[in-house]
Amino acid sequence: MAYEPFSILESTAVPLPIENVDTDQIIPARFLKATERIGFGENLFRDWRYHLNNVPKKDFVLNNPIYDGKVLVGGKNFGSGSSREHAAWAIYDYGFRCVVSSFFADIFKNNAMNIGILPVVVSPKFLSDIFTAIESNSRTKLKIDLPKQNITIIDTNKSEHFDINPYKKNNLLNGFDDIDFLVAKREEIVNFAFDRPF
Amino acid sequence: MGLTLFDKVWDSHVVGSVKHGPDILFIDRHLVHEVTSPVAFLNLKKKGIKVLYPNKTFATADHNTPTINQHLPVKEKQSAMQLKMLEENAQANGIPYWGLGHRKNGIVHVIGPENGITLPGATIVCGDSHTSTHGAFGAVAFGIGTSEVEMVLATQSILQPKPKKMRINIDGKLHPSVLAKDVALFIISQITTSGATGHFVEYTGQVFRDLSMEGRMTVCNLSIEMGARGGIIAPDEKTFSYIKNREYTPKGSDWDKAMEYWKMLYTDSDAVFDREINLNAQDIEPMVTYGTNPGMGIGITKTIPNAADVSGSIEAFKKSLHYMGYNEGEAMLGKKIDYVFLGSCTNGRIEDFRAFTNVVKGKRKSDSVTVWLVPGSHNVLKQIKKEGIYDELRDSGFEVREPGCSACLAMNDDKIPAGKYAVSTSNRNFEGRQGPGARTILASPIVAAAAALTGKVTDPRALN
Repeated sequence: MAYEPFSILESTAVPLPIENVDTDQIIPARFLKATERIGFGENLFRDWRYHLNNVPKKDFVLNNPIYDGKVLVGGKNFGSGSSREHAAWAIYDYGFRCVVSSFFADIFKNNAMNIGILPVVVSPKFLSDIFTAIESNSRTKLKIDLPKQNITIIDTNKSEHFDINPYKKNNLLNGFDDIDFLVAKREEIVNFAFDRPF
Repeated sequence: MGLTLFDKVWDSHVVGSVKHGPDILFIDRHLVHEVTSPVAFLNLKKKGIKVLYPNKTFATADHNTPTINQHLPVKEKQSAMQLKMLEENAQANGIPYWGLGHRKNGIVHVIGPENGITLPGATIVCGDSHTSTHGAFGAVAFGIGTSEVEMVLATQSILQPKPKKMRINIDGKLHPSVLAKDVALFIISQITTSGATGHFVEYTGQVFRDLSMEGRMTVCNLSIEMGARGGIIAPDEKTFSYIKNREYTPKGSDWDKAMEYWKMLYTDSDAVFDREINLNAQDIEPMVTYGTNPGMGIGITKTIPNAADVSGSIEAFKKSLHYMGYNEGEAMLGKKIDYVFLGSCTNGRIEDFRAFTNVVKGKRKSDSVTVWLVPGSHNVLKQIKKEGIYDELRDSGFEVREPGCSACLAMNDDKIPAGKYAVSTSNRNFEGRQGPGARTILASPIVAAAAALTGKVTDPRALN
């Protein structure tokens, strides 16, 4: 599935300073029944965002009009649990292009990159600086520069380098897809498979 | 320097490597279910790509299926549509499909081993995080997302960076009431739900050698709950005798050839792990969770810790207890229970039903508890009937349902109502996991059985 290439993103951010945000919270299982990738953003964080009678929960950050933007900033161990790519789809469909945390669960991180969301891993100190900056001014902007691999809190001009695999970086910069890459290797794969023991 | 078991399996499946990037890993077995596959098939259809090796791909319906009246059409429209899509996609690509009611139908991680699809030294993936289960056989098995499902369907390969390696060794002998589930919950309580992230875990020591194949599957299944990419246990005679003569297991000279490879599947004595953890069997008692992630577990006789004593965020800890309706310092023993769920890819195998039945037979189910007993597959259900367990359970007031993932993730109608407490043998106690507002206590099948008799969190060792 093609996605918008990612280069430099400058945006306000939505803070979610909670640890161990699992993918069941990001998108509960009862919303995984679709057979197409449509409309998952509506149910992003469904049970934190709405009461069971569908009335919005006022104290949840997505319902607070002072916060918006293309960057979601989450606590440590973001995206743990179920492998459902629907979690990444919901985040993308809602309008986020980047998730920042001090630590991501493995499968979520892979899923995010595969659909064009940039997961940015920052130090715990920098994460706490971001939360502090947003708390004091919800219009605080973050600048995420993928070519240079750094993230800056524009208000305070604090900046930090982040790591990303060079192959994945190139994919995100160009909107490339692993599937196209692998399909081009099918012959090599078939040759490899020829004398497998089972 | 020697190689670990994980290295041996992984390295022998590397087709090539991207410069400064991931490995192209060949996949021997791909398991497919109705929830994480439709978008992958749809994208392939749009691109005009067929499945490369349909004979290495197996499809079943499990996540979104009812556990009663499976012979009737599925009522819920979207669920019915997902099942229909999987059947059509499987048919269009020549993939074996074991749909609802098929004698081989069941939870994807239960039917893989049952049918000999799961083999030592194989690479196995599925769009489901509990694919780690198959590591019990010495396979490299891990969960993937839908984009990756598409990659594997199209090319039988996946692009993956090789994870780091971790060894968890537990020596000593377990108390008879301490089961594989308790071992896994104990490990997670010690290292947290992110303690093994980025790593593939090998389990070693007497405890894992002593476990049955079912027990090993339970432990490997829960590897993802410590954040691990997967878990693996070296194959031994128990492994080989389990897989021998199953439908998809190699036969005759193919078996002999495979055995030559399988006999090499162990970690060399001079192999080096990135991280090592040593624990003791004597320190493990029957476990229960009190919070909203599988790392929030304690021995059943212990009290809920104080916020000041836990590592990690105090706010998250308090939020979790608030959701559960519990307080710091309270005992778990005696907590009221409304529901009991026996089942899932963690504890829905024949051994789990035997353990549960051993506790409840000759006694009566508590009237205050609703109990859902859901076998992992039709094969398990058949065995339950064959061994007389079905009748013993019925005599004690229990009913056995039809197979599926059921209340583990509550995609079907098996939802725990908001605010109610469930002792579950499944794998996740996340907020709302078993239904919006549901409160989950994870435990072993015998702790679940004890709760089903008393309506309270009960130490199975204290039952007469």
